[in-house]
Amino acid sequence: MKFPDDLKYTKEHEWIRDNGDGTVTVGITDFAQGELGDIVFVELEPEGSEFDQDEVFGTVEAVKTVSELFSPVTGEITEINEKLEDDPELVNSDPYGDGWMVKIKLADTSELDSLLSVDEYQNLVG
Amino acid sequence: MLKRTPLYNEHKKLDARLIDFGGFEMPVQYKGIKQEHTAVREHAGLFDVSHMGEFFVSGPAALDIIQKVTINDVSKLVPGKAQYTAMCYEDGGIVDDLLVYKLDENEYMLVVNASNIEKDFEWISSHNSMGATIENRSDDFALIALQGPKSVEILQKLTGVNVSEIPFYSFTTGTVAGEKEVIISATGYTGEKGFELYINTKKADAVKIWADILKAGEQFGLEPAGLGARDTLRLEMGYALYGNDINKDTNPLEARMGWLTKLEKGDFIGKEALIKQKEAGLTRKLMGFVVTEPRSVPRSGYEITDEVGKLIGFVTSGTQSITLDKGIGMGYIETERAGENEKITINIRKKRVEAIVTRPPFINK
Repeated sequence: MKFPDDLKYTKEHEWIRDNGDGTVTVGITDFAQGELGDIVFVELEPEGSEFDQDEVFGTVEAVKTVSELFSPVTGEITEINEKLEDDPELVNSDPYGDGWMVKIKLADTSELDSLLSVDEYQNLVG
Repeated sequence: MLKRTPLYNEHKKLDARLIDFGGFEMPVQYKGIKQEHTAVREHAGLFDVSHMGEFFVSGPAALDIIQKVTINDVSKLVPGKAQYTAMCYEDGGIVDDLLVYKLDENEYMLVVNASNIEKDFEWISSHNSMGATIENRSDDFALIALQGPKSVEILQKLTGVNVSEIPFYSFTTGTVAGEKEVIISATGYTGEKGFELYINTKKADAVKIWADILKAGEQFGLEPAGLGARDTLRLEMGYALYGNDINKDTNPLEARMGWLTKLEKGDFIGKEALIKQKEAGLTRKLMGFVVTEPRSVPRSGYEITDEVGKLIGFVTSGTQSITLDKGIGMGYIETERAGENEKITINIRKKRVEAIVTRPPFINK
């Protein structure tokens, strides 16, 4: 299992990449995609939707189970990964790359400090 | 502490994802549910289902005790034949569903669900006033299921038994991969042609059989398959799963198991309640349904409503059908709305999606 060390993580198994321009890119971790198994579709709230930290911004349906996606930060969705509409399995095959889910414009950049480091996340998933 | 099957190390070698299932550490998937499901439908898949329980019932009272605790008519079985059946409580609720194998006159093997092994053994033993010998030999037996259109060709490479001539729901005992006294049963839980191999691990090496089948199957596209694929395969056939679709609060008549409920066979536990239920008529039925909207997967526990939002049932099993690429499921639905082609609504979280009631199987087999 891979956990890139330039990312932040949440206990809900999401990763967060700070794009350095006030936005973050969000996806689910290698651990999460493995636990879910074959993903059949990803449902995301539309661009322009606003969320508080920990609010649900989408769902991932896998063959055997469904999982909600919790916004790791407060902000507005500026872009969703439209490739997932036709190729949801990208989340399985490339969770940190082509399987990204949304870009969020941060309302409060200090929230990034509340997220887990790679070491903290790795401890969590053992 | 979770139990492990004799094939545990093989699953580790194959890098399987292991989960707790019925108290056993079992492979849920190897390379992925979709790939394994498709392999079974198109070629073949190999499952470790050693977690299932095996009871041996013998002696002059063997038939009597099995007739008493099961709903199907065991007197119709001849040696070499197996029967699907269920056990009921006095109120008609289901204790478990199981297979009964007639090994010989006065000798039967009962195959029960892993999570019910202790409960079932106590239940049968507590009604054994007639004095049959009942042994729980679940720990002695490994069970390997080879399922799929190529299963005959694959198994034939490893045995002198002519496996193509074993009729459905029949079995024979023979040597497989050099290992003796394997029960070769033409049964399964996938809807495909296939076999279930009962291996007495005190006499035969289950690991050798598993490994040799995988090797023999390579050229036919055989893949190891986990419980995840087993679940999606059985659901496409509409086979009930104990704990999901049937349990102590459901009875065989409403669970569409009326065809195996032999009310005329003589006394058995639950008979009176089932006769009353039949006379009164069913208030609900376990039916299948297909979701008409794309990107909508029903799951166990979701509510079923009518067009004005009135609750008319609940989902007991659901998944995205890998063969159909549609949401399919089963659930108990009020009888007057449970007819084929009725339109119902499934509440999927915030969404209300339309579904069409159908009688499984969902695929043609």
